[in-house]
Amino acid sequence: MDPSLLLEQTLNGLQLGVMLFLLAAGLTLVFGIMDFINLAHGSFYMLGAYLTAWLVGWSEAFLPSLAGALVLTALVGLLVERLVARRLYAADHLYQVLATFGLILFFNELIRLLFGPQPIFLEPPAWLAGQLEIAGAPYPRIRIAIVLAGLMSGLLLWWLIGRTRLGMWIRAGADDRETIAALGVDIGLVFALVFALGAALAALAGAMAGTLVAVRIGMGEEILILTFVVIVIGGIGSVRGALVGALLVGLVDTYGRALLPDVLALVMERSVADAAGAAMASMAIYLLMAVVLALRPQGLLPARG
Amino acid sequence: MPRLAELGLALRAGLLTLLALALMLPAWGDPYVVKLATRILVFALAAAALDLALGVGGMVSFGHAAFLGLGAYVVGINFLHGFEGSLLLGFAPTQSLVLQLVLAALLAGGFALLTGAISLRTRGVAFIMITLAFAQMLYYLFVSLRRYNGADGIALWNRSDGGLLDLEDPVAFYFLCLAALLLFLFVGGRLYHSRFGRALRAARDNERRAQALGIDTYRVRLVAYGISGAVTGIAGVLLANATYFVGPAYLSWPVSGQLLVMVVLGGMGTLVGPVFGALVLLLLEEFLPGLLDSVRPGLGESWKIVLGPLLVAIALYARGGLWGVLARRRVARVRWTGPRAAKAPRHV
Repeated sequence: MDPSLLLEQTLNGLQLGVMLFLLAAGLTLVFGIMDFINLAHGSFYMLGAYLTAWLVGWSEAFLPSLAGALVLTALVGLLVERLVARRLYAADHLYQVLATFGLILFFNELIRLLFGPQPIFLEPPAWLAGQLEIAGAPYPRIRIAIVLAGLMSGLLLWWLIGRTRLGMWIRAGADDRETIAALGVDIGLVFALVFALGAALAALAGAMAGTLVAVRIGMGEEILILTFVVIVIGGIGSVRGALVGALLVGLVDTYGRALLPDVLALVMERSVADAAGAAMASMAIYLLMAVVLALRPQGLLPARG
Repeated sequence: MPRLAELGLALRAGLLTLLALALMLPAWGDPYVVKLATRILVFALAAAALDLALGVGGMVSFGHAAFLGLGAYVVGINFLHGFEGSLLLGFAPTQSLVLQLVLAALLAGGFALLTGAISLRTRGVAFIMITLAFAQMLYYLFVSLRRYNGADGIALWNRSDGGLLDLEDPVAFYFLCLAALLLFLFVGGRLYHSRFGRALRAARDNERRAQALGIDTYRVRLVAYGISGAVTGIAGVLLANATYFVGPAYLSWPVSGQLLVMVVLGGMGTLVGPVFGALVLLLLEEFLPGLLDSVRPGLGESWKIVLGPLLVAIALYARGGLWGVLARRRVARVRWTGPRAAKAPRHV
């Protein structure tokens, strides 16, 4: 195995991992604190990508557009929380699934009406174009920027949850929401903020993905299911678990795609190995999930005891 | 599922009228109507099968498309090998409907038992996500199987061999689907009121008490999940024959969502409710686009922008579904949600 290729695949895996982490962190927080399963989290991811692309096309300035898209998506998140999610916190998960499935259909059609059915493209800014040499091998700057931005967001989230008053409320709310509400904390406000924060993180991931692949309808659902796998592997409600699960899934998925056909070609015919490798690679993360669940049904790093 | 004798007179009369309508429908003579009604019957069977796991067993499966797709691929793969004259895993492919139904039930039921054995170790939201993930795994498997045309799927030139029954005759096929649905409603109803059905509902309503009574709740659920998967696989065989097509799209997650919607829309835990759910949802899918187009041309394509908020409204305001409205009674609730649900505050 060529070491520079291995390094490239590792970076690719990391980049998918941090993107999954941004999605998983919001989803797992919303679930851990509000006991709410949000299928429409992928819609925030799609909205983030579309809004960034739209604002960039309009203002030609990347970072302000990204910031604007994050704020707008957070506002949409607030609206969804107020109109739909809030009324379903105490309901069976089934109804949360049903309502947020409905929201996916709504957002997908809304985007189709506003932006048309064709995929659109989000150009990365000029200062992130081109390649960077890492250990003698060229690697696109934009992908490195994504890994760094993802890691920084992770650190920021850790600081927010572990070191600030809001974070204290969030942690307390996850442990025992009645008590913290009785202590005078406006728990409804905390819920709304967490929901909006999750939406903004998903939008950030969406904008990142948008610079690499086309921005299109349905992009959110594919990655949402991967995100579910991440959360299940890491342990539902646990942000640390989400980080470990995201990196694990990112790396397994990327290595699987890149290496499995080559590995299989050692023991079987090339064309058969390519087909079998592709099939096995797309199943690899689900098998990983099955193994983790068979051994540890509560996930690798469960939120509590 | 309530016994017929327990229902109000009006509802009983309504059900019998609907059954009579279903029996007389082909006499209308419109092939388009028969085709649409056949589709409705097939999805009604799948939705009723899902309800056995979802409503009666309290298992919120978001991956039932996998079983539907497996059943459909039994038809598709056998057709392709039969068409090529090649062997399937060393065996001669079969076009016999009966054999395909048995194969589909075994395969889908087996996959349900296998994945269920893992998924049922978790509960609540994790169960939802895991069933979704397993279905997605199978979806990607079939997309990447180039031997069976990958994402393009397999177009069928003819239906399975029904023996004495000529399946190419739309009316004969329609009655086959109707018979399959009625048979499952009858058997499912017997199952519901049987010792096993009681144990399953007990496990849903109060796991601890059920266990104290000596019920192996894990096993009861697993068996119910297996039956549900097997019957959904049978619906898959019918679906492939109804549409002359098999593709990975049948295993995709929106199909799982669609089945879930049918169950909740109809009224879960009743087995017969989901039939109404399938009827209403597929009629909406068929006629809402035209209705919207007449409001503003081109809007029909985006009919789901109406369906989405409708689903939200059902989740918020009409949790009993159609059956709950018609029968004016509380329908089953999903209670098997794990210890965390108990902490949820009633008002936030």
